[in-house]
Amino acid sequence: MTQANSTRWEPQAARQYGAGPGADVNAGQATESDQRLLGGPADLAGHVRWHGPLPDYDAATILDAVERSGLTGRGGAAFPTGRKMRAVADAARARRSARQRGTVLVANGCEGEPASAKDRTLLTRAPHLVLDGITAAARAVGAERVHLCLHENDDATIQAVRRALDERRGARAQTADVEITRVPERYVASEETSLIQLIDGGPALPRFTPPRPFERGVDGRPTLVDNVETLAHTALIARHGPAWFRATGTPNAPGTALVTVTGAVNRPGVYEIALGITGAELLATAGGSRQPIQAVLAGGYFGAWLPEQRFHSARITAPDLLAAGAAMGAGIFVALPGESCALAETARVARYLAEQSAGQCGPCINGLPALAQALEALAARGDRRAPEYIKNLTPYVAGRGACRHPDGATRLIASALSVFAADVRTHLHRGPCTGARRAPILPLPAATVGVYR
Amino acid sequence: MTAITSTTRLRVNPIACKAHGVCIEMLPELIGRDPWGYPVVSEQPVPDRLLALAKRTVEACPTLALLLTDSTAGRR
Repeated sequence: MTQANSTRWEPQAARQYGAGPGADVNAGQATESDQRLLGGPADLAGHVRWHGPLPDYDAATILDAVERSGLTGRGGAAFPTGRKMRAVADAARARRSARQRGTVLVANGCEGEPASAKDRTLLTRAPHLVLDGITAAARAVGAERVHLCLHENDDATIQAVRRALDERRGARAQTADVEITRVPERYVASEETSLIQLIDGGPALPRFTPPRPFERGVDGRPTLVDNVETLAHTALIARHGPAWFRATGTPNAPGTALVTVTGAVNRPGVYEIALGITGAELLATAGGSRQPIQAVLAGGYFGAWLPEQRFHSARITAPDLLAAGAAMGAGIFVALPGESCALAETARVARYLAEQSAGQCGPCINGLPALAQALEALAARGDRRAPEYIKNLTPYVAGRGACRHPDGATRLIASALSVFAADVRTHLHRGPCTGARRAPILPLPAATVGVYR
Repeated sequence: MTAITSTTRLRVNPIACKAHGVCIEMLPELIGRDPWGYPVVSEQPVPDRLLALAKRTVEACPTLALLLTDSTAGRR
């Protein structure tokens, strides 16, 4: 695709994006000026024609631009990126004057959430945007080492990144010295402290904090851990500045975001949206609902259910979804058909999350299987003790792990019991609904599906 | 460890904790027991009158999983 620099944000025809496993990935119907990340070509020459070269700014300039842009992390926590970068950059300066070695940048492209495909899509569709962002962020925080973390079995993504790195070496494009780190495909393996332990030669398991990675991370050095989409936005902020970044989105959630929309929609896939569109507009972007839906899971398996009407009017930003009782998470939205059993769906995911525990902390080891079992008993046979049991046990599980894994699992289960309270009553009084026997909607890795009982 | 003041709180490293339960026996004023025998520590600052006992409890943990943290400092 040939584009002059001056026309790079011109409307484009809808494009097919490279699909990740398990999702047909389509082009968004959002206005094409919102196609910032996924709008350009994948090869280096096309990328540079489309976006222009990465400017050669110094650390202070990049930091200032990221801070003023209001960019927040796109990996799930929605923490202000500029503040995190500033903390690591300050540490880098202090270390330089103490003649200690530089800081470390970890780019997280692992995409641990089974219902998400956006990081893989970004890395295969626009690898150079991610590598530009890594290069800019590494300079901003004085990073001497850079690790790009990818799932070890995701050959397509690893190949795309390798090809892009080769292209850049051939063209002598400014690029941080990136080491690809292969990460096991386990849910908690891509948690930021897990990545640090793995890079340091240990197991990919969460560690106790503090110290947080920005204080003491890889090799004991201050470490910036950012999601690859966050870094891709950084690449564009470095080019076009904070005002450009804020020209779309909302004042407290500026910019665009990649989302994965699946379930009962006509065109499931990865889309780039302007933050602040409504839930109804998000579903329309994915071709509208394929059949009547009862609720949407917002934020993936660390998020929560929202009833259909509530989701329709909700603004798609991290603060708005939090206020609505859900989460933006990594931009995952699953539309649940009216005919599905929400309790059975949630029970399957609860069992998966219990199995995905790192097995390090007692409350998670013991609590998650107990909660999953109770929810299964409620969904499968209307067990009368289950709702009370879940309610009483939850405070002993939430917030009691070294990482946030038990917090996410308990939030999802609690939201199912509250949003589907009428379903709970039906199960208690009339036994399981017919929906419990339908094909599952919430995606799980194949190996885990067989464990459902 | 920073100086112990009224902002000092107890914290469990849940990875290190193996539910020996020593802390629950020594400091029931601030530490309860969960359904599996793991300690549930109070999130309130340790009152001055219990600080000495809290320090002894921390030292008694067989896996060094119990910590006293100065919450304002935000680190161990």
